[in-house]
Amino acid sequence: MSTSFLLLLIVIIGFISYFAGRARSFAQAGGKLSNLHSLPGYHGSYVAIWAILPAALVLGAWLVAAPMYIDASTRAILPETVQTQGGATVELALGQVKSVAGGLKRLTAEEVQALESGSANLRSTLAAKGVALAGEGEPYMIAAAQHFNAMTVTNRWLMSAVVLLIAVAGGFYAIRNIATRFRARNQVERVMLGALIVASSIAILTTVGIIASMLSEAGRFFTMVSPFEFFFGTVWDPRFAAAGSGGSSGQFGLIPLLAGTLYIAFVAMLFAVPIGLFAAIYMAEYASPRLRSTAKPLLEVLAGIPTIVYGFFALVTVGPFLRDISAQLNGLVTGNYQNFIQAQSVLTAGIVMGIMLIPFVSSLSDDIITQVPRALRDGSLGLGATRSETVKKVILPAALPGIVGALLLTASRAVGETMIVVLAAGVAARMQINPFEPMTTVTVKIVNQLTGDLEFTSPQTLVAFALGITLFVITLGLNIYALYIVRKYREQYE
Amino acid sequence: MTDIASPAVRISTRPASAKRDIGIKRRYAAERRFRAYGISAISLGLFFLALLLWTVFSNGYTAFQQTTITLPIEFTEKVIDPKGERATDGKVLMTANYPLLVRDALIKQLGIDATKRPLVKQATDMVSASSRTLLRDIVVADPSVIGKTVSVTLLAEANVDSAFKGQIDLAVDQSKRKVKDQQVTWMNEMASAGVLKKSFNTGIFTFGASSRPEAAGVGVAALGSLFMMLIVLVLALPIGVAASIYLEEFAPKNRLTDLIEVNINNLAAVPSIVYGLLGLAVFINFAGMPRSAALVGGLVLTLMTLPTIIIATRAALKAVPPSIRSAALGLGASKMQTIFHHVLPLAMPGILTGTIIGLAHALGETAPLLLIGMVAFVVDYPGSPMEPSTALPVQIYMWANEAERAFVERTSGAIIILLIFLVVMNLGAILLRRRFERRW
Repeated sequence: MSTSFLLLLIVIIGFISYFAGRARSFAQAGGKLSNLHSLPGYHGSYVAIWAILPAALVLGAWLVAAPMYIDASTRAILPETVQTQGGATVELALGQVKSVAGGLKRLTAEEVQALESGSANLRSTLAAKGVALAGEGEPYMIAAAQHFNAMTVTNRWLMSAVVLLIAVAGGFYAIRNIATRFRARNQVERVMLGALIVASSIAILTTVGIIASMLSEAGRFFTMVSPFEFFFGTVWDPRFAAAGSGGSSGQFGLIPLLAGTLYIAFVAMLFAVPIGLFAAIYMAEYASPRLRSTAKPLLEVLAGIPTIVYGFFALVTVGPFLRDISAQLNGLVTGNYQNFIQAQSVLTAGIVMGIMLIPFVSSLSDDIITQVPRALRDGSLGLGATRSETVKKVILPAALPGIVGALLLTASRAVGETMIVVLAAGVAARMQINPFEPMTTVTVKIVNQLTGDLEFTSPQTLVAFALGITLFVITLGLNIYALYIVRKYREQYE
Repeated sequence: MTDIASPAVRISTRPASAKRDIGIKRRYAAERRFRAYGISAISLGLFFLALLLWTVFSNGYTAFQQTTITLPIEFTEKVIDPKGERATDGKVLMTANYPLLVRDALIKQLGIDATKRPLVKQATDMVSASSRTLLRDIVVADPSVIGKTVSVTLLAEANVDSAFKGQIDLAVDQSKRKVKDQQVTWMNEMASAGVLKKSFNTGIFTFGASSRPEAAGVGVAALGSLFMMLIVLVLALPIGVAASIYLEEFAPKNRLTDLIEVNINNLAAVPSIVYGLLGLAVFINFAGMPRSAALVGGLVLTLMTLPTIIIATRAALKAVPPSIRSAALGLGASKMQTIFHHVLPLAMPGILTGTIIGLAHALGETAPLLLIGMVAFVVDYPGSPMEPSTALPVQIYMWANEAERAFVERTSGAIIILLIFLVVMNLGAILLRRRFERRW
């Protein structure tokens, strides 16, 4: 019986229980519903919960535990010679036994007999049935595979029987509980509350998952490369060591990547902050409601465009444009038509990322500026200040903490942005201050190290997790600080 | 000093109507400048938006047209099945030399001397190499076609396509461009004969990945994206709503709920690539799920979308006035009944708006999908979320890395398709809000 069919059966039992519970509560009420403490639907749900929930929980636990038990028992009957060779060999043998077990199911009884007597070759027999075996099969594998198959079949039947039994038993138990004064609604609501709590703890689990997975993988990386070399190294050169060449596994210096990340984020902020801030001020203080109601959503469209589109924009428009215009400028000044801005450069990535950030700066600042109380504005205007003076001398100072918070949130976006820099910033990890040359970022290197075929044992792959946790910590710090500032500021006026 | 010392002199020398100079001109000029900065900032922002969209659309609208060549293909038995074995050997029809059929048809159409090999080569280069599979599929689907002459519409090769759309400057010397003069002559000849023409490109919507631009499309990627969106919707909406209900309506004010609250706000701002790392480590490495599968992508995007949905749902729940709750409770409803029967239905438009916006965000997300192996060359439609698939934005990323001119066109075309999806989703959200929004 397959797992999904079993699940379906449980659900059907649940349905039946629901109607049985309802019918029983009707019967108990004697046709007068006001006799019941809870509505019949709640009685039905109560019975259905008892039928489904325990059975489903047992099913889940069984599905996790049973393969482990079967593996352990199969491992135990592998011959001594294999057992003594240690973990990796045993796992390899177990994997082969499993594929043999899969293959045995497709063979006829005679073919199995031929295999057992040793008159047929295991690998070729299985290959004829479309099961590829890694390496020559050993004779002991047939017995082990048969053991494995037998266990699996028994396990299936046992699981189906137990789970169905629990479902039916739960249903019967619950039905017997039903009485006119039985508080079915309270029981059902307790289960619902439990479900709500479980759902809200998923947010916590996600964070725990992020931190735990990154820490454990990064921990494995730091056993191969010392943290000091990683955090303070100035050379990024993660060579993939050729097999058997020994030591040289490359250098993993974080500094050049971090420098590139911060530099590009800085250029982006340099671009986005004046534009975004002025746009926000204009929309909050000057714009007519009509202009505001058209310009604000239009600017926010920029925030809704996927970042891959910005990356493409940088690649086909901004990068070539900067390259060509720099060649023209150079030609006009020196007569040598050689471009001094590369198509992929800090400037390209910074400008395009800046465009992406404009709506973040403008809507966050707009919210904060409009929160400054009317009285401050009126007071300043009443004293004869012009509007721009009011903005510069009264509103901005009052809104400053909030705006700083907004800018920090924006900066954390810039640091964590991936697709724009992947397409526009280049991959060369260099430390330099010329914005016209390519530099690379932490996110680009995470993508580079993890695309393509990979194995989870080499430092080249694991370094991505060390980079990831660095990125996570930086953005988390920025966010927490920004939220703290924003929150503190809000309390002032509320 | 003098002003204060001799006010009397001042009054006597100036007419009474003159005002004290408080720099009003300068200040008004500053005011005008400040205003101009504001206006130029907004216009600059809008200009970039326009430039971005213009880049995409001007590069991309041609991707929805494709040049095709309709040729009478003679399915001669001599070429397809020279030994007459097709009844016994199924592989014959799969491996036959179909390009030869195209060559013969072209020779006949253009009237080339078949012995001049360079000329013949130039002619066959004008037709996409995908015609092999096209003809094969025709024959395999209906072997009775062998021996007949059928008119088949073949895709033109990408460079011919570009040339016919006028994207290649034909004034340049022919050694510097990919389409030769002879091919241009043939192209115009066939065009005037009505054989070669532009038609609506259905391929971009249905094809999968291909190294040939003319045979590449977003169909397979779109299906992968659809799978992921369904998974996100099915998981993120109930979980997000349940979590928000607990946090907004039930949770006691204590350390733990404070922690969850801060946590959710932070999760909303975690870089998306970090979710990719999480998916790689937990779902693929630890739980052993298949790489490149839409299931893993869907789970990662679910985790990424959850905070957005939770924040939107909480705002929607908060906006339902307390009088509704009090009324329901006063009539004897339990707290759970109050929320599920009264508060939640009233908050539903807000919740759905937030969900749609979250989904739109997830649809355009690329970075985490790169890490879980969805950068894959997937040619066939995935049958289930467990099979290797790719996603629309990832397909765009892969095409953006291709150098050919025709791929720039395809990339922009794919972006247009993606943007249309996003616009439709966002419009839906706006309409939903307009239609059902209530003000209390």
